[in-house]
Amino acid sequence: MSTTQTAPVTGQAGQLHLTKRDRIAVWLRSTFMQASNNYERLITMGFTFSMIPVVKRLYPNQADRSAFLKRHLEFFNTHPYLASPILGVTMALEEERANGADIDDASIQGVKIGMMGPLAGVGDPVFWGTLRPIIGAFAASLALSGSIMGAVVFFVVWNVVRMAFTWYTQELGYKQGRNIVSDLSGGIMQKITMGASVLGMFIMGVLIPRWTSIDLSKIVFSSTDMGAVAEKFPGLTTLLDLINGGGQLTAEALTNGFSGIQDMLSNGYTALTNAAAYPDAPVRLMQTTTLQSVCDSLLPGLMPLALTMLCLFLLRKKVNPIAIICGLFVVGVIGAFVGIF
Amino acid sequence: MEIILVLLVALLAGFEGILDAFEFHQPIVACTLIGVVTGHPAEGIALGGSLQLVALGWMNIGPAVAPDAALCSVASAILVCMKGVDMGVGISAAMALAVAGLGLTIIVRTITVGLIHAADSAADKGSIRGVEAAHLTALLLQGLRVVIPAALIIAVPVDVVQGALDAIPSWVTTGLSTAGGFIVAVGYAMVINMMATPKLWPFFFLGFAFAALSQLNLIVLGIIGLCIAFIYIQLAPEFNQQSVQATGAAGDDLDAIINDYE
Repeated sequence: MSTTQTAPVTGQAGQLHLTKRDRIAVWLRSTFMQASNNYERLITMGFTFSMIPVVKRLYPNQADRSAFLKRHLEFFNTHPYLASPILGVTMALEEERANGADIDDASIQGVKIGMMGPLAGVGDPVFWGTLRPIIGAFAASLALSGSIMGAVVFFVVWNVVRMAFTWYTQELGYKQGRNIVSDLSGGIMQKITMGASVLGMFIMGVLIPRWTSIDLSKIVFSSTDMGAVAEKFPGLTTLLDLINGGGQLTAEALTNGFSGIQDMLSNGYTALTNAAAYPDAPVRLMQTTTLQSVCDSLLPGLMPLALTMLCLFLLRKKVNPIAIICGLFVVGVIGAFVGIF
Repeated sequence: MEIILVLLVALLAGFEGILDAFEFHQPIVACTLIGVVTGHPAEGIALGGSLQLVALGWMNIGPAVAPDAALCSVASAILVCMKGVDMGVGISAAMALAVAGLGLTIIVRTITVGLIHAADSAADKGSIRGVEAAHLTALLLQGLRVVIPAALIIAVPVDVVQGALDAIPSWVTTGLSTAGGFIVAVGYAMVINMMATPKLWPFFFLGFAFAALSQLNLIVLGIIGLCIAFIYIQLAPEFNQQSVQATGAAGDDLDAIINDYE
């Protein structure tokens, strides 16, 4: 199974070595990093669980194993994927310690604590704040067009990125040992975080007007009669005459008629029959001004933007997001009751 | 058979609800899977797409837990794909369940505090198995947190669900569906709240302005966003400390060229 000796315990420098198979086992186990996330020590048990191939390789002695498990069960928390470089560094430290280097519990714990904060600060905005919303939004747009590829693309892209990231950073941590902390703060991580945030903010700006649906067209300010439909859209009238008076419906009349309807609607008109007031030309062209049409003429996406800003304001005031969601449902139901929606 | 497969998806979603690794619990994956195993892929995909937009900003950071995407996707997919509930109502039911799921997650995370003390005593004995068992028990509890409610929802007969839904007045369902359309704003706000700094706001409004051009689809806009991000990193002063001299040199080159022309 491996080429290394596991019999000698300490004092034999360079005797104990973590094989690639061990490192792959740690990598696979790190998938379960968060399983026992709890309020007392957060993901520490997941870290210990991931390190178990390491203790099996390095410490055959029961007392050493007990000490290893106890020192890694101290408090630990970070972003689950960014735990990988920390695992790598800790593996390197444990390997040296097992080979007799003078590394005490405090320095192992110190390296873990020192890395976990800054790395969580990178992982949260990059993975949860940017990558997942963007891949999710792209996949959702595929799904909303009815394609199963949305789910497939999301799953495959996410997991390829995640597994490549955790393996590569774990190896980097293992090979670089303690130097990794200065490596990561050397600018590349900041660049990635900054670039991801720029892209993320840009995409959020795009998604808000595109994908928030607020329809205020039931709030009607005015409705003006713009004259007979016949005057502006003759094709439409020909179609109506043909339907009313029978006669021969030709393909040309149909095509003209439907393009007339499209023209009418895209110009913001609606049609209304008013035979009582206008017996000669009963089909009237109406222009209705609604709250929605006013907002659209000012700035497309104005209402979604305003709503998002309101939510952001409430979040900054430490209002619980769940309270905001419930509040919006109440607004929706009350709005439907009084007839706004 | 169908029920077993649905419960299997529920178990995976429950695991992932805490692991956040494979992302089986994300609505687009969980709803699509349930749609496929129940023979209603179209409904599952459409529900997954809509719910995914709502859940964009739901993220677990540190000890804070977001609304539970796992229970929300699984339960609403069961309602829509197995009970034939209307999509809009399914989404609003999902919101209620996301909050209920949050409560269940908190309970499991509290129980897990007990498990970590079990792991401590296993560590005292040097028992690797004991630590592993404690960790995986916690994972199993997280899975059951979704499987049990899902089984309860499946167990309720269709006509009871339908009868209960028919009893709801239409303005409530209209209102809930309408709210479902703009509730995504909360998710967007959560993402923005996490990322926004004064330097980043211009990019937000740039995206907003580009979005008004309806000819540009999301892929095009994504390319524009990526280019802007790259250009920003290249030009931003905070990443170009050493290039102060470089700019000076470039200026000299430019001067040289201008001088040549004179």
